[in-house]
Amino acid sequence: MTDSVKLTGVTKRFGDVLAVDDLHLNVADGEFFSLLGPSGCGKTTTLRMIAGFEFPTSGSLTIRGQEMALNPPNERPVNTVFQSYALFPHMTIEENVGFGLRMKKVAPADIAQRVKRTLDMVQLSHRASASPSQLSGGQQQRVALARALVNEPQVLLLDEPLGALDLKLRQAMQLELKDLQQRVGITFIYVTHDQDEALTMSDRIGVMSDGKLLQVGGPQDIYEHPRSRFVADFIGEINLMPAVAVDRDSVKLLDGQVLMAPHDAPAGRSVTVAIRPERFTLFRPDAEIPSGRSSIAGKVIRRIYHGDVFLYDVDTAEGLLEVKEENRPNVEVFEIDSQVVVSWSPSAATVIED
Amino acid sequence: MSEHPLPDPADTIAEMLHQPELESDAVRSESRRGVLIALPSWIYLTLFFAIPLLIVVVYSFATRSSTGLTRLTGWNIESYKRLFDPLVAEIAFRSIVLAVATTLICLAVSYPFAYYIATRTPKWRNLLIVLVLIPFWSNFLVRTYAWRIILGSDGPLAQITEWMGFEPVRLLFTNSAVLIGLVYGYLPFMVLPLYAALERMDWSLVEAARDLYADGWTAFRKVTWPLSRPGVIAGSILVFIPSLGAYVTPALLGGAKTTLLGDYIVSQFLAARNQPFGSALSVAVMVVMLGAVVVYFRSGAKNL
Repeated sequence: MTDSVKLTGVTKRFGDVLAVDDLHLNVADGEFFSLLGPSGCGKTTTLRMIAGFEFPTSGSLTIRGQEMALNPPNERPVNTVFQSYALFPHMTIEENVGFGLRMKKVAPADIAQRVKRTLDMVQLSHRASASPSQLSGGQQQRVALARALVNEPQVLLLDEPLGALDLKLRQAMQLELKDLQQRVGITFIYVTHDQDEALTMSDRIGVMSDGKLLQVGGPQDIYEHPRSRFVADFIGEINLMPAVAVDRDSVKLLDGQVLMAPHDAPAGRSVTVAIRPERFTLFRPDAEIPSGRSSIAGKVIRRIYHGDVFLYDVDTAEGLLEVKEENRPNVEVFEIDSQVVVSWSPSAATVIED
Repeated sequence: MSEHPLPDPADTIAEMLHQPELESDAVRSESRRGVLIALPSWIYLTLFFAIPLLIVVVYSFATRSSTGLTRLTGWNIESYKRLFDPLVAEIAFRSIVLAVATTLICLAVSYPFAYYIATRTPKWRNLLIVLVLIPFWSNFLVRTYAWRIILGSDGPLAQITEWMGFEPVRLLFTNSAVLIGLVYGYLPFMVLPLYAALERMDWSLVEAARDLYADGWTAFRKVTWPLSRPGVIAGSILVFIPSLGAYVTPALLGGAKTTLLGDYIVSQFLAARNQPFGSALSVAVMVVMLGAVVVYFRSGAKNL
């Protein structure tokens, strides 16, 4: 697979502020890649540098092997779907979608045909002569998408395009976007702060914080094997327990309990054991814990009913642990103040070097 | 279930409690409050705008006595017939050309300036806007007299051009001097609405145009300019109308050979003591302005 977009040592400063710090990233052809991080982490600046709205302070940026770091946006084979959609208010939907083709001096007959085909694809041909303000948020979003895709760019850049939509519509659009991306086969680079969105749609996710790319990997890899506290904490809920490395296969918790957990930290190094709430199971104190599982005793201090799951806060010697148990007939429900044992299998624990 | 169910007792009670008079009372008192709030401005506009305007219209149909008094008898349209006098046409033409030139120069100077201000950080924007308004802190007449000195025969302009080895430039009492004075005086009226329009501009639209293969100039032509047109229209009207009827600037900076509509109307009221003709001129100028504004708004609205 060829690299669609390749960033090598890209740095961007705004005055004294280091917005993007020595970023290295390869996005493969036809990939759905998400840049995930909190606001101000540099993900949007990175996207804007790929689009050509900002120029890197240093580093190299190639698109399909061509150096493009300092080219203006109109010279790049990429198109952007803006967070605010940025539809031209003084043009009809049809004129909006045809704008890029008119700029490229495509023959008028071809423009009409391609605009129609693209509007068909996003199911908006019946609103072709409407103005953007007459459309709902979801429809405007689809026009923005059509306006970019009609140009058949090599890379489509999306800047939190679903942020303004309500939850149901957003979930529907996530699947629609993923579907569309697979159909057209264009590389998507998608910026979001919403981990659900990134996990649902992406082939790979890059997690950013403070201008740095912390970890790149598939959704499952990122969720289940976070390599830093930040990634573990930012994506989903997670319990973090301080520990000390014993050998390559085990660590010792503060209460002296030794856990089986493979890792690379040298013996004696302080580490953090990370376990997702749904990987815990609660038992009664007198229950027999299946062999090979680790466990720790505690007391339920809070229980939240969440419909499909119960969320428990359990006070233990390792601090407060959050436990998520499914609301199913054969799963026991524990009352507040009851004594319980929190148990997990060694494969549930990820060791993060501090 | 029966076709005609018995009325639900709850509905009956709700009906009894519903008193439409109460609601309409509330609406009426609301609208009465609205009238009360608008009352001062109604009184002011009636006294100082509508009535004087009506007097001008009435006078334009009156006759002038041989001693220059206005007789409110023998209504006629003689004054309006005089509007077609070649002398009036010449003055009107000169005034319109000057007003159009003033508007265009103001637009050409103000647009880049307003664009510059609108693209600064908010702190700088406010400072620059204050700078635009500073001239208003001193009297317009005083500022126009300052131009008399600058443009005068021994003024700085003449001295500088002479010192540079050119024929000394003496513009005072020419149309150019009037144009300079008008542009100077009305520039802020163009800058402010343009700034307001550009400041509201969503710059991501320009980025979208650039992203869709438009170069900088094309993005300006296709997006920035059409979206700033309300500001262009408002500014043009605010400059064109007072320029067309300007009196002080032409009187102080213009020469005897460059009579404009403003001077001419004043001279009819004062020197010629012909109030009916002066009134007819005023009414004609107002009608032309109104027409121009309507046409301009229509064409602008259509292109937006």
